[in-house]
Amino acid sequence: MRLVDLAHARSGDKGDTANIGLIALRPRDYPLLVRQVTAARVARHFKGMITGTVERFELPNLNALNFLLHGALDGGGTISLKTDAQGKVFSTALLRMEIERR
Amino acid sequence: MTARPETVRVAGGQGFWGDWLEAPYRQVTGGPVDYLMMDYLAEVTMSILQKQKSRDAKRGYATDFVTQMERILPTVVARGIKVTANAGGVNPRACANAVADVARKLGFGGKLTIGIVTGDDLLGRLDGLLARGHDLKNLDTGRPLKDVRDRVLSANAYLGAAPVALALQRGAHVVITGRVTDTGLTLGPLMHAFGWASDAWDQIAAGTVAGHIIECGAQCSGGNCLRDWSTIPDMAHVGYPIVEARRDGTFDLVKHPGTGGRIDVASVTEQLVYEMGDPHDYITPDGVADFTTIQLKQVGKDRVQVSGIKGKPATDKLKVSIAYFYGYKAIGTLVYAWPDALAKARAADHILRQRLKDLGLNFEAIHTEFLGADATHGPIALQNVDVANIPEVQLRVGVRAREEAPVDRFTREIAPLILNGPPSVTGFAGGRPKPEEIVAYWPALIDKTMVQPTVELISA
Repeated sequence: MRLVDLAHARSGDKGDTANIGLIALRPRDYPLLVRQVTAARVARHFKGMITGTVERFELPNLNALNFLLHGALDGGGTISLKTDAQGKVFSTALLRMEIERR
Repeated sequence: MTARPETVRVAGGQGFWGDWLEAPYRQVTGGPVDYLMMDYLAEVTMSILQKQKSRDAKRGYATDFVTQMERILPTVVARGIKVTANAGGVNPRACANAVADVARKLGFGGKLTIGIVTGDDLLGRLDGLLARGHDLKNLDTGRPLKDVRDRVLSANAYLGAAPVALALQRGAHVVITGRVTDTGLTLGPLMHAFGWASDAWDQIAAGTVAGHIIECGAQCSGGNCLRDWSTIPDMAHVGYPIVEARRDGTFDLVKHPGTGGRIDVASVTEQLVYEMGDPHDYITPDGVADFTTIQLKQVGKDRVQVSGIKGKPATDKLKVSIAYFYGYKAIGTLVYAWPDALAKARAADHILRQRLKDLGLNFEAIHTEFLGADATHGPIALQNVDVANIPEVQLRVGVRAREEAPVDRFTREIAPLILNGPPSVTGFAGGRPKPEEIVAYWPALIDKTMVQPTVELISA
């Protein structure tokens, strides 16, 4: 199944870094996200779209994970030539990821 | 001394300069509120305002704020609602004078005290600071500011909630600031109303989180909310958020009755994670909030309780937002139709790049996107897609250079493709794209001791 069936998300920017907050639709699925949506997997998912590393932070209180995608925005802000210069829809790009229900 | 209230209601009225013009009026008339906060300043806004001020000493602030105040002042005065806004930009005094003029025109002369918060503007002090060893290194790249000093257009330290609270304490009905943090505009009223000490770190963190939730307007009350988005009711009349805060630092997030939108754990959580860095350390001038301690609970329809927030002491630095001239960019677009829309757009991009190369133009970057195919989601978007049958694709090519000449030449290479490139092309009615100046952002830190926030009051 795809992540879009397990989570919702919002993203934004800080300079050349995009952040993605990934939130479990049902609290019981949060551990599944923690296990499967690792920083390494997210980096592979966005291969070719980011030039830097991926960091992950856990927010069990919100059933959420926060990802920082460095080098995601072609310089970011006003410098960027991208349509999504502020990383607003990296969120739904992540939700395309395939997840194993286990 | 007046008794401290049990609860205080702070309404979010504008999430950015350009937000819904109806929102502030709806917030002050739709039900009881004690404060209205309005955020106007994005990172590059300051440089635009600095440019305006250099041409006319009476400008350099968010003029829309004055128009808004004219509309809401009768209600605000009648109901005793206080207003906090960073609409002052690089000229808070001129903004305050303009609001005072409007107040007198409406017959509120002598009835309105306006607080002005300054001290954030470092542009005139930059050389002195650099000479004294404050090198204002770029937080992202580590480069010292002297590398771009001659191109700096504006430099402002982010002030916190303390001067906002002080202005309110000294009797201001409206507080107009320069570069005060978005969160400070909400925390300031709460510090003032509840008498929170500046080192009551948990309460400071709670007020900061409250500010973070409402600083983007309706983005916490149904706007841009992905979860169940199509079932969120009456978005045409979306209710902007209100923080209903208690002295202990807990608060509820609500909106006026009869408004559209939705406030639930999902909508609030989406806003909490927006533009988040390390959730353990959400750093503001006022303190450090730990977002991993936030507890949310739905306690009623369109009512979410927020509690448990832990804070840590403030750092000894302030963030400085510096804008500098970077170079030029331009973006050209053409639309290709079925069949093979994407293949045609790709061919056109290939031809365009070859021509730019033949001309020997020097660009820092050339960036191509295919809207309708992979512009926003990149290569992931085209997995399992019948590429040959995509109905239409917009080719969008952007270039960036330090000099204007190559960018200008690029803008003349788009239209020829209509007749001398791949077929089934349209969508060029807008004409030749224009080279645009790039004003870039330079984040830095400065010792807190070097910045002295100042509060003054004027009477309408």
